[in-house]
Amino acid sequence: MESTLNTTEIKFNEEELKQIEKIKAKYPTEKSAIMDVMWMAQKKWGWLSKEVMQYIADLLNLPYSHVYGVASFYTMYFKKPMGKYHIQVCTNVSCMLNEGDMIFEYISNKLGIGHNQATQDGLFSLEEVECMGACGGAPMIAVNEDFYENITIQKIDELIEQFRNQTKNK
Amino acid sequence: MSNTPKLLLPDIPNLHEIDVYLTNGGYEQYRKAITMTPDQVINEVKISGLRGRGGAAFPTGLKWTFMPKGNEKPKYLAVNGDESEPGSFKDRQIFEYNPHQLIEGILIAGYAMGINVAYIYIRGEYHKWIKLMQKALDDAYNKGFVGQKMKEIFGNDYFLDIYIHKGAGAYICGEETSLMTSIEGDRGYPRYKPPFPAQYGLWGMPTTVNNVETIATVPAIIKIGGENYAKIGAPGHTGTLLYGVSGHINKPGVYELPSGTLLTDIIYNYAGGVKKNKKIKAVIPGGSSMPPLRGDEIEGVKMDEESLKKLGTHIGTAGIIVMDEDTDIVKVTLRIAHFYHHESCGQCTPCREGCGWMEKILKRIANGDATSKDLDLLISIANNIEGNTICALGDAAAWPVRGFILKFRDDFEKVIKHRRTFISPNIVHGRRNTASTLIYEEGTN
Repeated sequence: MESTLNTTEIKFNEEELKQIEKIKAKYPTEKSAIMDVMWMAQKKWGWLSKEVMQYIADLLNLPYSHVYGVASFYTMYFKKPMGKYHIQVCTNVSCMLNEGDMIFEYISNKLGIGHNQATQDGLFSLEEVECMGACGGAPMIAVNEDFYENITIQKIDELIEQFRNQTKNK
Repeated sequence: MSNTPKLLLPDIPNLHEIDVYLTNGGYEQYRKAITMTPDQVINEVKISGLRGRGGAAFPTGLKWTFMPKGNEKPKYLAVNGDESEPGSFKDRQIFEYNPHQLIEGILIAGYAMGINVAYIYIRGEYHKWIKLMQKALDDAYNKGFVGQKMKEIFGNDYFLDIYIHKGAGAYICGEETSLMTSIEGDRGYPRYKPPFPAQYGLWGMPTTVNNVETIATVPAIIKIGGENYAKIGAPGHTGTLLYGVSGHINKPGVYELPSGTLLTDIIYNYAGGVKKNKKIKAVIPGGSSMPPLRGDEIEGVKMDEESLKKLGTHIGTAGIIVMDEDTDIVKVTLRIAHFYHHESCGQCTPCREGCGWMEKILKRIANGDATSKDLDLLISIANNIEGNTICALGDAAAWPVRGFILKFRDDFEKVIKHRRTFISPNIVHGRRNTASTLIYEEGTN
């Protein structure tokens, strides 16, 4: 995946900056806005590069080291580029009992990528995640923000196919 | 099947919509609460016997009395919806099906403790449920039930603002002090207690942290009265609980039942029994950090804190994980140990190092490179983690490992015996192999 980060300026637009002001108003200190702002940044730029983290630091009057510290503490903030479709497979107890670990192996083999890796075309990335709070629908996977519960190998094939077609048609 | 009331998840379609909630007596309990004094409200919660649903089962009314009176400092309420305990998926149901009862509960709790700002901390993975909760909150704001407009709508001078704080994938942030450091915008490290949150919480101000389910129960208590609520379920741990059943089970899901319901009743009558009609090998009664029960000891077990305590385990978050007779216990224990190693925040040495050691030793057992002595070593590590850390994650990591070994030692011994791949008269000589391996590797490089 080619990085376009160096050519596009890292900056939130007017509307987003207004939203950040709203977020700040939720808390007595500016620092508390950091998690929401990082979520916004990740949505806009896909992942938190050094430049993005520096920008957030300037925006919230925080040292870069603090922003990096918070970003590295939470697993859901990406510290490297991930695929357009980020597949998260739960392999924790309830899912494991229902063969979630085999689901992970299957996707890993199918796409040829391991934990926290992305395919070369930048379409898919895979992550073995801890319990996502969907134990009643085990085994489950999540793709970006959507949960898919009671998953089977067949459903995975269908999903991956569907995502591939979606990008082709665009 | 059950005649017990459904206080949290009633069978009313579209209850998540504010109009439906209002036609079913919504926000009336808050109106009722403000006719009482704050102390009367707290007293009602005390009489109800409500205990926290987040894992520790601490009496809620008592917790509320720890908050200082008066308005010299701002006070905060943090509602814990981080819900990351493997096996528990109950708060999600409240966000989806009954969000307004949670909001109403926050209003009542806020009024009782004189709090003007509340945060609902929801785990980052719950994108969909954060949106649903935000929608409900926006609707409540628009009707003037939350925020400054409350004063006009309800006709007194109390108001409360509620905000949602989105997490980003850290189990530890479900621990109350860690949840607060996370809201403050730091790495989510737990803080030492004392000082307790009621004295020194969010931004150093008095704060109460309650679980989503706990707060959502409050309107029901105001509605039927503390005394009536106390009559539901087990005497020492009253009310209805949201039991989340998962694992090898025919009808997994969340079931609202009175506390003290028989475990076998939940598994066989409500959750449809074990898959393929197999026998049960083990049951984790309250989320992965609670010690397990053997399949042959679940008969007659009542699901409430006091009953489970006698059996050496706890109700936790009431997330029941059922494992059938063919389950590989070593694999399960290893998976749990891996989870806690991954989630340890790394502040305290016993937890940071110990969780890693436990995982490595269990991996060796699974890979056939261990002896029976390693089981005692695991128990020793677990004993040395427990109670020696800032927060309860250390305990949560130690309990299941120790619990599984104590209850299923035979299984572990069997795996050790059958999978053992190295040949050695004793451990020391066995380890000597490494010296020659090193020489060999040097040669090949």
